[in-house]
Amino acid sequence: MNDELRAPIAFAIMGILLAIVGFTQSWSVSLSVINLCIISSIMAIGVNLQWGYGGLFNAGVMGFTALGGLTAVLVSHDPIYEAWDKAGVGIVISAIIFVLSITALLFVFRNIENKQIKNTLIILIIVFGLIGINNFYGPSIDIIESINPAKTGFLGGLGLPIIFSWLIAAIVAGLVAWVIGKITLRLRSDYLAIATLGISEIVIAVVKHEDWLSRGVKNVSGLDRPVPYEIELQQSEWFLNLVERINFSKLEAIQSFSSKQDLLNDLVIDSSGIFVKLCYAGLFFSVLLLIFYLSQLALNSPWGRMLRAIRDNEEAASAMGKNIFAQHLQIFIIGSAIIGIAGAMLTTLDGQFTPGSYRPLRFTFIIWLMVIIGGSGNNLGSIFGGFFIWFIWIEAEPLSIGFMNMLAGGLEYDNPLRMHLLGSAAHLRLFIMGLLLLLALRFMPRGVIPEKIQKK
Amino acid sequence: MENFEFINAMVLLANFVIVPALSYGSQLALATLSLTIIYGVLRFSNFAQADWMSFGTMATILFTWLFQSAGINAGILPTALLALPFAIIVTALFCLLIDRSVYSFYRRQKSQPIVLMIVSVGVMFILQAVVRFIIGPNDRKFFDGEKYIVHALDFKNYFGLEEGLTIKSTQLITVIVALVAMISLFYFLQKTKLGKSMRAYSNNEDLALLSGINPEKIVIVTWIISSILITTAGVLYGLDKSFKPFTYFNLLLPMFAAAIVGGIGSPIGAVIGGYVIAFSEITLTYAYKKFFVYLLPESLEPSGLMQVLSTDYKFAISFIILVIVLIVRPTGIVRGKII
Repeated sequence: MNDELRAPIAFAIMGILLAIVGFTQSWSVSLSVINLCIISSIMAIGVNLQWGYGGLFNAGVMGFTALGGLTAVLVSHDPIYEAWDKAGVGIVISAIIFVLSITALLFVFRNIENKQIKNTLIILIIVFGLIGINNFYGPSIDIIESINPAKTGFLGGLGLPIIFSWLIAAIVAGLVAWVIGKITLRLRSDYLAIATLGISEIVIAVVKHEDWLSRGVKNVSGLDRPVPYEIELQQSEWFLNLVERINFSKLEAIQSFSSKQDLLNDLVIDSSGIFVKLCYAGLFFSVLLLIFYLSQLALNSPWGRMLRAIRDNEEAASAMGKNIFAQHLQIFIIGSAIIGIAGAMLTTLDGQFTPGSYRPLRFTFIIWLMVIIGGSGNNLGSIFGGFFIWFIWIEAEPLSIGFMNMLAGGLEYDNPLRMHLLGSAAHLRLFIMGLLLLLALRFMPRGVIPEKIQKK
Repeated sequence: MENFEFINAMVLLANFVIVPALSYGSQLALATLSLTIIYGVLRFSNFAQADWMSFGTMATILFTWLFQSAGINAGILPTALLALPFAIIVTALFCLLIDRSVYSFYRRQKSQPIVLMIVSVGVMFILQAVVRFIIGPNDRKFFDGEKYIVHALDFKNYFGLEEGLTIKSTQLITVIVALVAMISLFYFLQKTKLGKSMRAYSNNEDLALLSGINPEKIVIVTWIISSILITTAGVLYGLDKSFKPFTYFNLLLPMFAAAIVGGIGSPIGAVIGGYVIAFSEITLTYAYKKFFVYLLPESLEPSGLMQVLSTDYKFAISFIILVIVLIVRPTGIVRGKII
């Protein structure tokens, strides 16, 4: 097939699939799927920048997503003044000791030549650092976690509107990516994957267990929203009028006043849910467009060309005087920042932060599938991959249950085999994902919408 | 009695640190060996290896159930040990089937290692689905036979100490089976013709081909050895603790950490790495308070738990070590690369 036609056809099919869900299930479901599809697409673009442009295998997507989510909490949650009053000093002092010890370690590591002195100094710094931090840190977190533990029990955040967190998440994720990149980017490709996979687990462990920071597995819920609440909409005059005007013909057809009023009520409740989801979709879509536009711009700039040159032949690019490590670090930071934004958006959409829900399968490997099946090196491909794979991930469950019902069609209702088949239907989606990846790698290694090779 | 205090402290340490770490380390070492052999011969990081472990263990559990229902058992030993050889055959056959249908294509294409790694992610998904489909995602215990060799209470009464030492039979079985497996593997690699040709193939593929080594045979042998090691490791782990697909998947990172810490591609490194990771996981999260209470005079008694890291981070320790090794000595303890 002509490469030019692939993207329009792929997106048209995607649109039809989403419309089918809209008509057969409901538009509300379809919109929820779309919102998550958009977020997935943004993550996929982030990974695509790293893998498709830079050839870096970042298996730590989950870590950056969680960092984005944490940032959303820290930006939007109200500060807990009582906790700051009683234990803020202790936390700040331990943070200072931590930073000082790290700086001292780096200084010793770089500037001391004599091995014996170096090792002794390193051990001394670690021991005294740990003792110092433990002196302030332990008691402070005990105080913080004892303040109203059922509701808060953490330091809280800045109390800003949550939408700011999207930008701040990019900065936080970028900073962390800078540190991680410094450590891992000199490694060979598969070492990099393992190292980033490990580091993302460390990030999750911190978010899960440092209750003073994130409430840990107790979750933070009830985050504020960038869009109106359904209940507000249902009570506001303009929204009622809008719903009435849209459904004018439907309402006109009904004679009795009371049933007209009932229908209007139902319509208002339905539409308020859809309206909120549309608001989210609008916000997310603008972010997606902006990121897509900027990534395309970067791809076609001299900088993008250089990155691809490095990806295709490191030695040649290095011989041309390009600093491979610095370029890799740049693209690693940019890609991770984009993933961080998506993470903050996800937490915004959920309205809660649940550290226990971050699993590598869902947040790392599925995103990779999106990039590879969509077409690595092509941002449109990543967007398509984000939509397509997320759609399959969501719709695989009802489909597998249907499939299992078909398989078990002839069996009695309480036949153990039938019960087993239906009970394991949920696992079929893992199978579908694996099969899709293997088939794509084998028969369509460049993805659905392949990278454009520019010839001059 | 000054002397007794010291013995008590040592028994305490043996009971909570040394014995558990030794058995966990042996399980990890076996699993890491299989990972490192795949890496050395087939030249890619196999992300599906932890799920091969759950597949092999699942097969063992199914055979164990079969034997139990037929009334066959191994007396004081767990029935799973009888089921193990059969499970290994099933696992190896399935490994070879996946190799024929998936990996061999990329080998012929001479694909980059990173492509094979992504392929192994696809295999990982499929294996997870298969295991969960057949046996379900829940926790399963399949241990039977005699549970303890040394029981804490008997130990205390016999020696008249305050601290007891427990040695579970699974721990002893683990260490013995692991030792036997390791010795036979090293014997195979160093002394037999097939083992030597495997090492040659791993060292320099082209040269090995020129000397008439059949690559397909090497690949088959590699998968068989990997299945033996990974199934054994999985069964030992499952006997010691329990079998749950998600827990097994989580062992992937300690395995990689052990392989890299020891020096990836080096079998001796894998064994060392396995024990290093296991011992650090347990020693760094153990609360030494009671230990020091025995050893130190009362005036110096520690006030805190004397724990380096909270047990919440047990899981993260292997990665922290991994990161440190990557910074300080990326080649690992034993300089790796070839098997």
